[in-house]
Amino acid sequence: MAEPGREIPKPTPETQHFWDGCKQGELLLQTCKSCDHTYFPPRPFCPDCGHREVAVVKATGRARLFSYIINHLPTPGFEVPFAIAVVELDEGPRMMANILECEQTPEALVLDMPLEVTFQPVSDDISLPQFKPASQSTGSGSA
Amino acid sequence: MGQKTVAIVGAAETTELGKIPHMSQIQLHADAALNALADAGLTIKDIDGVATAAHNPVELAHYLGITPTWADGTSVGGCSFMLHVRHAMAAIEAGLCTTVLITHGESGRSWVGRHGPSLFPSELQMQFERPFGVSRPPNMFTIPVLRYMKDHDLSVETLAMVSVIQREWAAKNPRASFKDPITVDDVLNSKMIAYPFRLLMCCLVTDGGGALILTKADRAKDFPTKPVYILGSGESVESPMISQMADFTSSRAFKVSGTKAFETSGISHADVDHLMIYDAFAHLPIYGLEDLGFVKPGEAGDFIAERNTAPGGTLPLNTNGGGLSYMHSGMYGMYALQEGVRQMRGIAPAQVEGAEISVVHGVGGMFSASGTIVLTNSE
Repeated sequence: MAEPGREIPKPTPETQHFWDGCKQGELLLQTCKSCDHTYFPPRPFCPDCGHREVAVVKATGRARLFSYIINHLPTPGFEVPFAIAVVELDEGPRMMANILECEQTPEALVLDMPLEVTFQPVSDDISLPQFKPASQSTGSGSA
Repeated sequence: MGQKTVAIVGAAETTELGKIPHMSQIQLHADAALNALADAGLTIKDIDGVATAAHNPVELAHYLGITPTWADGTSVGGCSFMLHVRHAMAAIEAGLCTTVLITHGESGRSWVGRHGPSLFPSELQMQFERPFGVSRPPNMFTIPVLRYMKDHDLSVETLAMVSVIQREWAAKNPRASFKDPITVDDVLNSKMIAYPFRLLMCCLVTDGGGALILTKADRAKDFPTKPVYILGSGESVESPMISQMADFTSSRAFKVSGTKAFETSGISHADVDHLMIYDAFAHLPIYGLEDLGFVKPGEAGDFIAERNTAPGGTLPLNTNGGGLSYMHSGMYGMYALQEGVRQMRGIAPAQVEGAEISVVHGVGGMFSASGTIVLTNSE
């Protein structure tokens, strides 16, 4: 479990499936059945064309480090300094994450480095999708 | 050229700026409003339109004793006041009201009578960003910058030059919070806030306010101050989540807003004598110069470091010292507009001699929104 004091996501009806997926160790995206656009964050229609028929798809979990800061401001539930990153999934969408199992330094956090998803339990119901440096066997194709 | 149907005939900031613990937030609005009314030679009974952000326009109207026929509470962050100017212009043109008061007051430092943060909370941000430790602008607004630095080969030393040069402008301004010169080394040795951002790359946190009064341009010469006409304007919004902005090296809201402002005003970049780009953090003038089209992508850092925007340069930028050195209560857009008006009136502490066109460009949230106003003193 993460340290106390952290903001815990409160799922809404439109995002419940995403958080259920994370709990099961699956990173779920949505793809539009009309225009094939794959997107995040979840919503029951396509943000590109407005079509209401969308499919839930499982992401590979592979990503690259797109950008980040190393936060030094006191933050409840975190030990500073720590990185707040945006990762770009192989499927295209970007999402915010922390980079786990990695030194929180500019030297260790190299832009475009391959990452893979890992799930961090923060409460009985919620596991956060987080990322860590990719192991050799699952290296990102976008590296 | 644009139509110049509406003019700014009153403009003022709060009597004090900085640390004002003896005034609540609504009184900061009122202090600025009363100063702007005095500036215009008007009374509160002359006002029939009100607009403000991050504060209920109903409370503003009631507190000041205004019975408006038009009210605007657009609240999209620090550029809300640019949007208010734009909306007020449309409202006056449409005959919805004749004389609009736009106010800003923010007890950003002292938190007296302040009811909460200046931005609406975003449900999606609460679920998909806050759990990862973002909490305040310094650890959100800065996230795209490493991507920009890598893609455009921008060094941290060049980024630091933004703060250094703005301090040069602030030194000319008696009301600026920080006036002592700084060097790149000073910036790079200041406290680390959110790598690669250090303290001197981040804006101040102060109390203050400002107000503007707008009316039809054909009345503008009846007022005691030099008329400042609205020549053009633009606005746009993108995402409440910094992680979801489409391009980390460029703001879509900046581009849409800026393009519209140049189109409606009919000016070219060479016509611009004076420029304000809302600088909550050191990277914003870089993104702004590029997204407004003054330089090509990747060129703005060197453009600033080579002193083009510094005192004596060809494109005077953030001549009050900016959010980095002048003041920043949280929603700085009002102060950028005030400096644009002062420059057009010819009364700015660091006056750009002969300036006839000023572009004032604002950001709201973390690249979430944008508003751009083109001002002129030319008939």
